[in-house]
Amino acid sequence: MTATASADLISMPELLARNVLKFGAKAAYREKEFGIWQSWTWSEAAEQVEALALGLLTLGAAKGDHVAIAGRNRPYLYWTMLAAQSIGAVPVPIYQDSVGEELAYVLDHCNARFLVVGDQEQVDKVLDIKDNLKSLQQIIYLDARGMRKYDHSKLSQFHKLQDAGRAAKSELIDELADRQAKLTYDDTCVMLYTSGTTGRPKGVVLSNRNVIETSKSSAQFDGLVSDEEVVAYLPMAWVGDYIFSVGQALWTGFCVNCPESPETMMTDLREIGPTYYFAPPRVFENQLTDVMIRMEDAGRFKKWMFHKSMALAKKVGPELLNGHPVSTMDRVKYWLGDKFIYGPLKNTLGLSRVRIGYTAGEAIGPELFDFYRSLGINLKQLYGQTEATVYITMQPDGEVLADTVGVPAPGVEVRVGDNGEIYYRSPGVFVEYFNNPESTASTKDKDGWVATGDAGFFEENNGHLRIIDRAKDVGKIKDGRMFAPKYVENKLKFFPNILEAVVFGNDREFCTAFINIDLNAVGNWAERNNIAYGGYQELSQHSAVLEMIKSHVEETNLSVAEDPMLSGCQVHRFLVLHKELDADDGELTRTRKVRRRIVEEKFSDLIEGLYDGSERVATTTEVTYEDGRKGSISATLEMRDAATVATQRIAAE
Amino acid sequence: MFDQPESFETVDGRTIGGVMMEMKNITLRFGGVVAIQDISFDIREGEIRAIIGPNGAGKSSMLNVISGFYNPQEGEVWYKGELRPSMKPFEVARQGIARTFQNIALFEGMSVLDNVMTGRLNHMKAGILSQALWYGNAQREETENREVVERVIDFLEIQDIRKTPVSRLPYGLKKRVELARALAADPKLLLLDEPMAGMNVEEKEDMSRFILDVNDEFGTTIALIEHDMSVVMDISDRVVVMDYGKKIGDGTPKDVRSNKAVIDAYLGVAHD
Repeated sequence: MTATASADLISMPELLARNVLKFGAKAAYREKEFGIWQSWTWSEAAEQVEALALGLLTLGAAKGDHVAIAGRNRPYLYWTMLAAQSIGAVPVPIYQDSVGEELAYVLDHCNARFLVVGDQEQVDKVLDIKDNLKSLQQIIYLDARGMRKYDHSKLSQFHKLQDAGRAAKSELIDELADRQAKLTYDDTCVMLYTSGTTGRPKGVVLSNRNVIETSKSSAQFDGLVSDEEVVAYLPMAWVGDYIFSVGQALWTGFCVNCPESPETMMTDLREIGPTYYFAPPRVFENQLTDVMIRMEDAGRFKKWMFHKSMALAKKVGPELLNGHPVSTMDRVKYWLGDKFIYGPLKNTLGLSRVRIGYTAGEAIGPELFDFYRSLGINLKQLYGQTEATVYITMQPDGEVLADTVGVPAPGVEVRVGDNGEIYYRSPGVFVEYFNNPESTASTKDKDGWVATGDAGFFEENNGHLRIIDRAKDVGKIKDGRMFAPKYVENKLKFFPNILEAVVFGNDREFCTAFINIDLNAVGNWAERNNIAYGGYQELSQHSAVLEMIKSHVEETNLSVAEDPMLSGCQVHRFLVLHKELDADDGELTRTRKVRRRIVEEKFSDLIEGLYDGSERVATTTEVTYEDGRKGSISATLEMRDAATVATQRIAAE
Repeated sequence: MFDQPESFETVDGRTIGGVMMEMKNITLRFGGVVAIQDISFDIREGEIRAIIGPNGAGKSSMLNVISGFYNPQEGEVWYKGELRPSMKPFEVARQGIARTFQNIALFEGMSVLDNVMTGRLNHMKAGILSQALWYGNAQREETENREVVERVIDFLEIQDIRKTPVSRLPYGLKKRVELARALAADPKLLLLDEPMAGMNVEEKEDMSRFILDVNDEFGTTIALIEHDMSVVMDISDRVVVMDYGKKIGDGTPKDVRSNKAVIDAYLGVAHD
């Protein structure tokens, strides 16, 4: 990737054309279908993109039109993005599990003229709301199943549209070439809706400059090459997937592999063996939980071997990865461990070939993080936002710590404001929020500095950034001590039995918490301890489970008490929720972050119960099923006290 | 070719063809017990035909007559315009009739894929030697059949359990695997014996969806037995109602629902 080459590469279609010339016969996309990995070379992919672009032209797609995309990760949908870009239209990927109302908001907000979807499920959602969508002209679907009887006046099948495009090639090819030639570096590349922990989603407009500059510098930072293999399985609407599976893939020319279905993801991961891998902490956590559950069922010898080797790995693995000195004896033992335990385990996890692994989105538990690093997997953290085209800070190889997020990414300037809020400025800074100048102005100042909304500081000894919490969530307890809920929640969530935690305490006498148990881990624990239960709700209120959670909360309190600034955040009372917090109910965002305000409103009766000293509170909660229907569940929840550690009070003053 | 060639349209716009199978005055006895008594009805091409009735009404016996497992003492079975002589089940299978069972009959120790592959047995012609050596015809055949099977697996969304032994699967999935095996045979007529028995609401909804999709996508004629009235009424085009071995109703779900004999049989009536 020379600097001169980049001078001409100012749009995604141009990168595609370059890859055809440079890597023509190399695999660009793979997807497992009918049990076999199907693959497309860069040349074949370019032909597919061209056919679809021409097809869109036959439908009258104009420059600047929005083409919405909703479906699981499939090569066809990635091509749709490229096809839209090559006719000067703007792709708008949407979270495929959005309920009708959310989908309607986005489609209406961006005035989408075309919508490309995976299957009947998505089509049905849109047909329910299509009367409110004035601008929507055509829905294009991939999988025809179940839609034979549908009215096809506004529906077309993906491949048929491509065929129509191919048939019209002689008439429209000049138009297509003309549109491509007119693309500039500052044209919109893609529009991504932020999931929004508060309020309505906002459409973040990213230019070709944002995407290409960011892809280029981040690929250089990690030395990505065209031989990398990635598995695309995270939502296409998420900026990370756009950068990894489109931006960096086009820039470096590596291959994007799409799993057969979300359920086969782990098998497919193992078959592909990615070299460059991204996963949110949740995925790593599930994998670790699976391993631990299976080890519990293993024979005594295997268990002994596993624990012995893991103890060694914990000591030696991270040191080796960070390039610190390690004794020869330990090196030999680690080598043996790698032959017998770590190697096969990495293989089972599908991570044998991972050269660079990233996790982001949420804080990752130090134990979890160290587990993967001790196996010799180069797992790192990065900190980013949609508005930054992902990258704000990232961890360089050899300088990886569990509790910080690294140093500013190449080309990014970061500063911490007087109130502790983090600001950044970079070539990746977004153009604007679509049709929302007020929000744009309040987020990005005239010099291009963007407020992240996160509070944090640079560690003095190593210059790494450490994030504490969302700036607006940081508050004070009545006695004046600092309240940072996320800090405590993360500590709680590091216990495998706890899936989610929400801590309250701003302007209150003390802190309390809602806990969500992890059904997998707790269910397995129940099975091993002969605890019978009839379902999630019953298990969550079982006295043995409450006792176990109580011990976790108390352990967390001990650890929180060690930090004099945050010792006021110890949890005095807690309850275990009778339902999992769910994005369909609006309690989480689509990227699974807690919407604090909504949880507070929805469960206000329970919060009151935690503060007025009640032992039990009966409650009824409305739930939304996946198909949009509503129902309700009632339960009586027990409130428990947890022991706290008395500390010397240091007022925040 | 058919004695009732006229076709008709259903409410949702599908076309139901002529008569595919006709049961004429069927009577089936086991010793002194009369399981089916003088029942006649037909199954038309492309329709979803349900047979319902309380416990012991003779529904499964009826399905076994259709599948050729039982040969009735009296009456005639006409299939595609021809009188069907008494047959062995495998001969019936070769005529394009496949079925699932009330009490799942899968090979528990085999993987889902292998189980579904057995559905293709009637489509394999290679000799035992070439199959054992995986040579020539056998190799080509297996590839072709695997492709059909993979399409079925994709259709029924069971890719993630492709390699899982059946014994490790929960009940609802086993039912789906059985449907997959029956579908792999590429049947003209598919017989489903209580496809939703023992399922929870969500599994029932999934199964209903699959049955409708199979009918829609492959044009397969489906005859099914089911206990759950609401499911039957939702998905079937026509319903036969049986009670104590007799037919007490026949028609569209709407007709049947308002049929007095049917209401009595289901809700119970005072016997004097």
